[in-house]
Amino acid sequence: MIIDHPILGPRDAQEFVYLGDAVLMNRPDGMTSGIEVFHDWLYTRDNPAGEHRELWYHEQGDRSWLVVTRNTVTHEITKVELARDVARRMGRTK
Amino acid sequence: MSQTHRIAGGQIDRSQTLCFTFDGIPYTGHPGDTLASALLANGVRLMGRSFKYHRPRGPLSAGSEEPNALVHLRSGARQEPNTRATVAELFDGLTATSQNAWPSVKFDALAINDRLNTFFTAGFYYKTFMWPKSFWERVYEPIIRRAAGLGALTRTEDPDEYDKGFLHCDLLIIGAGPAGLSAALTAGRAGARVILADEDFCMGGRLNAETLTVGESAGADWVAAVVAELSAMPDVRLMARTTVVGAFDHGIYSAVERVSDHLAIPEKGKPRQTLWRIYSRRALLAGGATERPIAFENNDRPGVMLAGSLRAYANRWGVAVGDRVAIFTNNEDGLRTATDLQAKGVDVVAVIDARTDGPLLPGIRHLKGADVVDSSGRLGLTSITVRQMNGKTEILRVSALGVSGGWNPNVNITSHHRSKPVWDEAIQSFVPGAGGPPGLSVAGAASGVMSTHGALTGGQAQAMAALADLGILAKADRLPTAEDAPVSITPKWYVWGGKGRAWVDPQNDVTIKDIKLAHQENFTSAEHLKRYTTLGMATDQGKTGNVLGLAVMAGLTGQSIAQTGTTVYRPPYTPVAMGVLAGRSRGKDFKPFRLTPSHVWAEEQGAVFVEVGMWLRTQWLPKPGETTWRESVDREVLATRRSVGICDVTTLGKIDIQGADAGAFLDRVYANTFSTLAVGKCRYGLMLREDGIVFDDGTTARMGTHEYVMTTTTANAVTVFRHLEFCRQVLWPDMDVQLISATEAWAQYSVAGPNARKLLGKVVDQDISDVAFPYMGAGNITVGGLRARLFRISFSGELAYEIAVPTRYGDALIRRLVESGTEFDAVVYGTEALGVMRIEKGHVAGNELNGQSTALNMGLGKMVSQKKDSIGMVLSGRDGLTDPNGYRLVGVRPVDPSGKLTAGSHFLEIGAKPVIENDGGWLTSKVYSPHLGCDIALGYLKAGDQKIGQRMRVVNLLAKPATETEVEIVSPHFVDPQGERLRG
Repeated sequence: MIIDHPILGPRDAQEFVYLGDAVLMNRPDGMTSGIEVFHDWLYTRDNPAGEHRELWYHEQGDRSWLVVTRNTVTHEITKVELARDVARRMGRTK
Repeated sequence: MSQTHRIAGGQIDRSQTLCFTFDGIPYTGHPGDTLASALLANGVRLMGRSFKYHRPRGPLSAGSEEPNALVHLRSGARQEPNTRATVAELFDGLTATSQNAWPSVKFDALAINDRLNTFFTAGFYYKTFMWPKSFWERVYEPIIRRAAGLGALTRTEDPDEYDKGFLHCDLLIIGAGPAGLSAALTAGRAGARVILADEDFCMGGRLNAETLTVGESAGADWVAAVVAELSAMPDVRLMARTTVVGAFDHGIYSAVERVSDHLAIPEKGKPRQTLWRIYSRRALLAGGATERPIAFENNDRPGVMLAGSLRAYANRWGVAVGDRVAIFTNNEDGLRTATDLQAKGVDVVAVIDARTDGPLLPGIRHLKGADVVDSSGRLGLTSITVRQMNGKTEILRVSALGVSGGWNPNVNITSHHRSKPVWDEAIQSFVPGAGGPPGLSVAGAASGVMSTHGALTGGQAQAMAALADLGILAKADRLPTAEDAPVSITPKWYVWGGKGRAWVDPQNDVTIKDIKLAHQENFTSAEHLKRYTTLGMATDQGKTGNVLGLAVMAGLTGQSIAQTGTTVYRPPYTPVAMGVLAGRSRGKDFKPFRLTPSHVWAEEQGAVFVEVGMWLRTQWLPKPGETTWRESVDREVLATRRSVGICDVTTLGKIDIQGADAGAFLDRVYANTFSTLAVGKCRYGLMLREDGIVFDDGTTARMGTHEYVMTTTTANAVTVFRHLEFCRQVLWPDMDVQLISATEAWAQYSVAGPNARKLLGKVVDQDISDVAFPYMGAGNITVGGLRARLFRISFSGELAYEIAVPTRYGDALIRRLVESGTEFDAVVYGTEALGVMRIEKGHVAGNELNGQSTALNMGLGKMVSQKKDSIGMVLSGRDGLTDPNGYRLVGVRPVDPSGKLTAGSHFLEIGAKPVIENDGGWLTSKVYSPHLGCDIALGYLKAGDQKIGQRMRVVNLLAKPATETEVEIVSPHFVDPQGERLRG
């Protein structure tokens, strides 16, 4: 596979490490959320046959975490964004 | 007499003679020959024995689809099993031997299996070798493996190198027949970056095997002219001997180039094979088609061959496989073999044509509506039985029979992304379906267009379309004229009386009878049929037999072939050697060592090294006179605790963390608090995973207001860094914090023992008295003016420091430390002594940080601060992880000091039976403590914190006989539990 890195351009997927579903970005606040909320966030996932947003890490590159939108059936990649940009748009700050 | 079957013509260089042997007998051939063509030229048709019945076999084909002619190529360490003689290029000095035959290919003892064939039908193994179950692995399987099968491995190391490479192109063209060459010319002339790959050593595809003309030239001459023009184009890369074996995502194809397989030994510095990863913007499959046989009884004898291959041997290699030849065909293409062979002076006895319509061949006995129903000849074909349209049978004496049941487009690569081929009634074959790999198009016979004219125009049109997609304008040059014969075929799959054996898949000895049995037992789907009968398995993957097998099943079920469907084609297209998949990642190159800065020094001292992750670390340093490792390790431990010891700890992960939010960031990633740490101090940190399990630990020092240095365990250096980047970029993107891995930047040594301060005092430029540099102090210092870092931390429990200098001074520093330590009898200790001392002190390490244990398990539960949010804080509070009677870290010592402990042993109460209900936990780490003079261990014991002082047993049920030792449960801190030494 080839991942079109937003800064570095097309890179072979071998340079990246896969983490999983991008919902992992949605970490609840530990001071206000309890075990149930954390459990659902950490363990429950959709398993779509089709479009999937997922986290990849450019370990053999610039160390960017990326959000890659990939079709799990065809492996077509339709969008690649810096995870930091996505996180900020989601309202994550400090 | 040599090369008795050589006839005129062909693309072989008769000016040179190559000598080779097969089964020890010397023969000769010429450059341009394959092993198969050279053996056939010498009248050798028998080349091996079949998989199951040990039937005599010769080549069925002249290409990579070959199911029968598999040989051991070369000898000694370079011997290679299952090499298809039909694609092995002849070289001078080649040696080959037949496989699966004993004592010889002409007299094979296991040919008895052929007589017993009624027992060996499909499903035989599943039904026969069921009971007793335990016999399968030890009795049945070894026997079957010896009896059935393919070639043997040498069991010696392959002396040759294999390589990997990467290529990029606008257009990858797979196959250099007329379609591929036409496409390459079109794209090359347009200035596109083109790769043209062909599995053959000679480009041209079927044009080399035919007498067809292209324009005014013979086909092979046209090929030579095109190849010459392409060779002169700088952006066109011609790759002969290169098989594209798989289509992967996003235009990536893998190809195996047989760089040196045509040589006895690779040239110096050259690999035997190279695995190419080709990044293509567009690709074109022009892979041609593969002929399939018609099944009839005893159709597997040497001399029975695909008609197109019989023709190829004559036209390309100047070989007449037999002096008297017949053809059995259901389509027009089979007739070409008859006319070509007759033109070459071969006696064509008859053409048995399953079709009833159409004109008769002039000058040849052409039997319409006839079938071949049987054959004879023990080690090779001597005659066939023909049944004419009127029912009359006749025996014809022939030494070769060409069979053509039609041509299957080589659709394989179009299916590598799950696209299913579709049935084309007109050519009675599967053609590529929709939904193939994006960017891949198909031209020529691979697309079901079988004429040369169709190939030339298709190649040109598909190349233009692909380039237009890329914005490259290609011109439609005028194409040379070529034959444009339509396909004329009558479905005819098999001729079978219902009793004898008619082979569908000769490689796996699958006959029509086996397919009938599969049908009878309801294994009718294409996938079940394959698994039940082994149809289409092994090296040829059913290239000649699959469609025939499906057709037989379709006939039995009454469905059409289209309804029956095909199995899924997966990479690789042809067999790939394991060596080329490994490339240079062999032996030590598979996982290169990382060496610490003291490595050269340690080598000089005769150190024993151990692999720790990627690193090679000193395990212990034997002194003259020491005969066992324990002597060395005991000495290192005792000398360190008595005076001072030095240990290379460079391998620990080091991460520099800077920024205004560095402290707040550490509070989030560590379970305990770091923002309150004073500048110039360090602290032990415990890092959890989000699920509450301990991830890693280490000390982190605050070097400045906004600057920390974190250490991680050696094993987790990479994953911790990755995790921190995730936290920084994704979870808290606005935190002002920057990370850099500094593991390789600093050489770091531990100096431990009562005299550690005195020794270091001689080396560093600053005052390091207890007042100036107290316990858990950290700071930037200098060593002879050189910048360095000093941390007063202890893993051994002694007064200890870790000193770091830039890596390139690591060698100088170890020498300086050792020299300065002479007056204190300083030792250098390795990882074994390190392990002994950390267990004596009760520190957790890899065996305790096992990915299943919580802070509470380790006795560190209070370290998880509830006053701040941190990774893992919330879920570490789950019920299952906070059981007051859960595992707790304890120390263990034998009641009798001579008692032996074994890591992994389980705790049992005195008198309790060794059953799972009574299991109390296990010993995680065990050492002999020279300090205490007995074995000691750490372990996880249920409610262990409540059992300090109690006696239990530890049992090792894996030892034979099982062992057990009575032990006392103690605090994990065996040495200096109050921590007075390290504060000294």
